[in-house]
Amino acid sequence: MGMTMTQKILAHSAGAGAVEPGQFIMSDLDLVLGNDITTPVAIEEFKKIGKADVFHTQKVAIVPDHFTPNKDIRAAEQCRAIRDFVHQMDIENYFEVGEMGIEHALIPEKGLVVAGDVVIGADSHTCTYGALGAFATGVGSTDMAAGMAMGKAWFKVPEAIKFVLTGKKQKWVSGKDIILHIIGMIGVDGALYKSMEYTGQGLSDLSMDERFTIANMAIEAGAKNGIFEVDEKTITYMEQHSTKKYDIFKADDDAEYSEVYEIDLESIRPTVAFPHLPDNTRTIDEIGDIPIDQVVIGSCTNGRLEDLQIAANILKGKTIKKGVRTIIIPATQKIYLEALREGLIEIFIEAGAVVSTPTCGPCLGGHMGILAKGERAISTTNRNFVGRMGHKESEVYLASPAVAASSAITGRISSPEEVL
Amino acid sequence: MLKGRAHKYGDNVDTDVIIPARYLTTIDWDELASHCMVDIDVDFTNRVRPGDVMVAGWNFGCGSSREHAPIAIKASGISCVIAKSFARIFYRNAINIGLPIIECTEAVDDIECGDMVSVDMEKGIIINLTEGREYHAMGFPPFMQEIINSDGLIGYIKDNRK
Repeated sequence: MGMTMTQKILAHSAGAGAVEPGQFIMSDLDLVLGNDITTPVAIEEFKKIGKADVFHTQKVAIVPDHFTPNKDIRAAEQCRAIRDFVHQMDIENYFEVGEMGIEHALIPEKGLVVAGDVVIGADSHTCTYGALGAFATGVGSTDMAAGMAMGKAWFKVPEAIKFVLTGKKQKWVSGKDIILHIIGMIGVDGALYKSMEYTGQGLSDLSMDERFTIANMAIEAGAKNGIFEVDEKTITYMEQHSTKKYDIFKADDDAEYSEVYEIDLESIRPTVAFPHLPDNTRTIDEIGDIPIDQVVIGSCTNGRLEDLQIAANILKGKTIKKGVRTIIIPATQKIYLEALREGLIEIFIEAGAVVSTPTCGPCLGGHMGILAKGERAISTTNRNFVGRMGHKESEVYLASPAVAASSAITGRISSPEEVL
Repeated sequence: MLKGRAHKYGDNVDTDVIIPARYLTTIDWDELASHCMVDIDVDFTNRVRPGDVMVAGWNFGCGSSREHAPIAIKASGISCVIAKSFARIFYRNAINIGLPIIECTEAVDDIECGDMVSVDMEKGIIINLTEGREYHAMGFPPFMQEIINSDGLIGYIKDNRK
């Protein structure tokens, strides 16, 4: 029986010729990742194992990004515990405020993941790196601790759903709309325990930033990982960012999939997920009148340079509706600097937005834009659960940077077609 | 044998409501437990008694990878979570920290809030003692049973390094 992309990578990492769905394997890890919320728990578990060192000082990456710059004393104490651990273990890939970014934007930018890698991260959006043709999946702190100690993790080999993309996107449609459309179609557990594999001629219409966005939200459909077939764009990205050797795994022609969906990109409209689940989607044409109090453009889903460029295109020369707090968060220092050089930051500030240093901040209701009771935000982030961005009676609507920026101008959820 | 009263919830209970991010500046188990379920069931922490079971629908524990979620549930005294299905990271995390979890659609449909329930994890037998009904679920696959037998993943690693 043929294997999917994910199955091939897992077989390789387990030193097995072939694997089948449902099989338990032990894989060698190319990278183990943690953040400032999950790493403190992992450190405690690591201590219990009683091992003096991490398995590899270059294959562990720790990025304090959720509550940083430290939002309060307790967050500061957690970060200090991480810093002490990092120094004690000589972990090379630790990124302090000043050089850090939101982990899932930073790690590919730093070239720490390439095609064929097996990555676990104690953060659910670790699946982002599937955009590079790697197997990357979110785990908890104990798995992170075990990974740091042994350089290995156990997996149950997943089945896969294949998404064959065709055609070209309409203007103002981006990767975010595609993934929201897909999650709306299959549901928040539509890919539970499975891989989401993306292939087809339509890939050529997707930038790397868009692929990161799409792979990033695989978890929002319950998936174990999302993964893209490697093409010229992937290779160019890896060669620009990494010196690591990459391995390209293609699915076999006779690979078996639990489902196959053909997605005509041309048919997708700007899409918004209503509270309180990412699969509660509507196209921009079915929205109605929804006034908003806050706009957030950023996060591991949509805080990359292209996202900021799209938002700036819409906000250029415009004024944000009075009373709408618009918070823009470049995902890494590098993205921030490039946005500055391109004049995007000036456009944002002149329009009436604030621009923040990289942080996950408001996405998870941490800091930098918490909602009060009854308030409503449109956000380019990834989750709209009850209480996600603040009070349990606040609301989050998920959308693309284009829709979020347009909504900032009108003060209600709006299409770019309406404001330009 | 695990035994206690049922606390019942719906589908897609996410880790943000199990333990909201605003409480994640600690790794203290008891403190995490004191905020468990607060955004969807403000009275849970007052009602829950040691041994109680949590019962829920599809995709329990979806969302964030925070291990603080199964930790908060376990530390609040819950002895077992019965759901129609579990989100995969939650499933791993629960096993890794030694929180028993079991999938059984029939039991979830039948058990009401407050029912007395017993669970035999090894045999996969759930009994609604209030209604006198028995349901059969799948036990853990052998690979996971080994981890459970070692009291979680860290114990498993220690056992295998000896």
